[in-house]
Amino acid sequence: MKFRALASTCAIVAFAGVAANADPADDTLVINGEIPIVTHTDAAPPYIEGLTEQYSGWHFREADTRAMEQDDFDNPGMLGVEAAAANWNEVDGTAGKACASCHEAPESMAGVRTQMPKYSEAKGTMMTLEMYINECRTERMGAEAWGWDDAAMVNMTALISSVSRGLPMNVAVDGPAAPYWEQGKEMYYTRYGQLELSCANCHEDNYGNYIRADHLSQGQINGFPVYRLKDAKLSSIHNRFKGCVRDTRAETFKPGSPEFIALEVYVASRGNGLSVESPSIRN
Amino acid sequence: MKRQLLLGLILTAAAGVAASAETAPADVAYEDGAVAQSLSGAAGNPEEGAKVISTRSLGNCVACHAITAMPSAAFQGNIGPSLDGVAGRWDEAGLRGIVSDAKMTFDGTMMPSFYKTGPYIRPGDAFTGKAAEGELPPLLSAQQIEDVVAYLMTLKE
Ligand code: HEC
Ligand code: HEC
Ligand code: HEC
Repeated sequence: MKFRALASTCAIVAFAGVAANADPADDTLVINGEIPIVTHTDAAPPYIEGLTEQYSGWHFREADTRAMEQDDFDNPGMLGVEAAAANWNEVDGTAGKACASCHEAPESMAGVRTQMPKYSEAKGTMMTLEMYINECRTERMGAEAWGWDDAAMVNMTALISSVSRGLPMNVAVDGPAAPYWEQGKEMYYTRYGQLELSCANCHEDNYGNYIRADHLSQGQINGFPVYRLKDAKLSSIHNRFKGCVRDTRAETFKPGSPEFIALEVYVASRGNGLSVESPSIRN
Repeated sequence: MKRQLLLGLILTAAAGVAASAETAPADVAYEDGAVAQSLSGAAGNPEEGAKVISTRSLGNCVACHAITAMPSAAFQGNIGPSLDGVAGRWDEAGLRGIVSDAKMTFDGTMMPSFYKTGPYIRPGDAFTGKAAEGELPPLLSAQQIEDVVAYLMTLKE
């Protein structure tokens, strides 16, 4: 009896010890032995007052999860990339075209992800990667738009992101992007829902800490779409936002909504300087 | 023995008036963050309080606080301070105030307000992501707050 009580006390002390030292893992990421990934910086961009350094969510995952990202053969997110690579060459729609008809190889998309979301002068609005893809499908291919979280869409964003791996995120925050960025920033600090929690409460003030079993990261999006082990599939940026707002006991927003597009602009800018890492692996 | 009997009698008496003596969330009187009177009019039950503290769908206090005396609650968080010995740092009124609406004690704290009905920004229907219909009840009932406070009062150094 006494022994058991003692043993369980020891277990708690051990766990508390882990929690107290729950700093981001001191580790570096090189993919396939050839693509170095900047997962940490000593300085956030000057327009992000709340961060003195940046961390990819990779640092907050367990060692075995981190290791899966080191080699594409161990990365289950690459299955989605492969599916999209096949899709890239497939003719779809009334114009009889495939992505490859106009864009050559997927590698021609290198650098595109680093600037997303990007203001479209032609459309006069802020557009995410999903919106650019659907613009080509509906207006240039005569094909049907994909849903925001359709597997085909998420896979295609993973393919296009993967060819930017190692390049620094670099979304514009000024010029026509400014009003979207301001709206997103306002949202980031709004305490939503019955629990009255803002993104900043968890991802700015408490990254490195544990909320129940979850080791909080900075909520960066340089690794999206991410392969979530618990869902066993790739997940979009807006799908993650939706879940985080819902978990504050709030009425959440829809993927593709003007609110989430603005929030994506702002959250992407918090990661300007981190490497594109998609498809990354998370819990 | 005699004292226990007396206590029992007082408790029974208090339970008897519970229904009429409950304080609504909007009527709670905070004094420097503290609340002197029982919200339900009755005494709290520490065993029920322990359940509220460790259950995800209720208080889920262990999401943010470690409590060594509660080893059955796995994965205790560290957003807020450990609650070990908290009864030595706060008196009952102080704890009741913190559990009811911690923002009255700690300005702008991340700790949710458990005995409040709003106003909220985009209040949802629990964790469904859908809009709440009508005014939301507080996260915890008056008696659940009392139960939690009674449990916290057992956490002495
Ligand atoms: C008929 C030719 C055509 C087809 C087919 C086509 N696109 Fe495009 N795509 C374009 C043109 C033209 C642009 C605009 C280029 C510009 O404005 O610089 C563009 C732009 C894009 C962009 C934005 C690039 C950037 O730098 O902003 C993405 C992403 C994109 N296409 C993806 C796709 C995908 C994925 C497919 C297949 C599902 C596809 N496109 C099919 C012609 C096409
Ligand atoms: C109650 C705390 C909490 C709040 C509030 C919250 N999140 Fe999260 N978020 C989490 C947890 C827990 C995870 C999973 C672990 C991690 O990466 O932090 C997570 C993960 C994320 C991720 C994935 C990061 C990665 O590298 O995979 C993003 C992006 C994110 N959150 C964005 C947001 C945004 C934007 C908001 C505000 C709308 C928000 N979160 C609000 C708790 C929260
Ligand atoms: C989302 C995180 C969170 C949750 C959930 C939470 N708290 Fe807290 N709590 C905090 C923080 C943070 C503080 C520190 C106060 C501050 O902001 O300075 C705190 C402070 C306290 C204190 C004062 C501790 C001391 O040593 O001075 C008590 C008591 C307390 N909380 C009890 C509870 C109880 C009981 C529950 C559940 C009904 C609960 N908390 C749920 C975050 C939380």
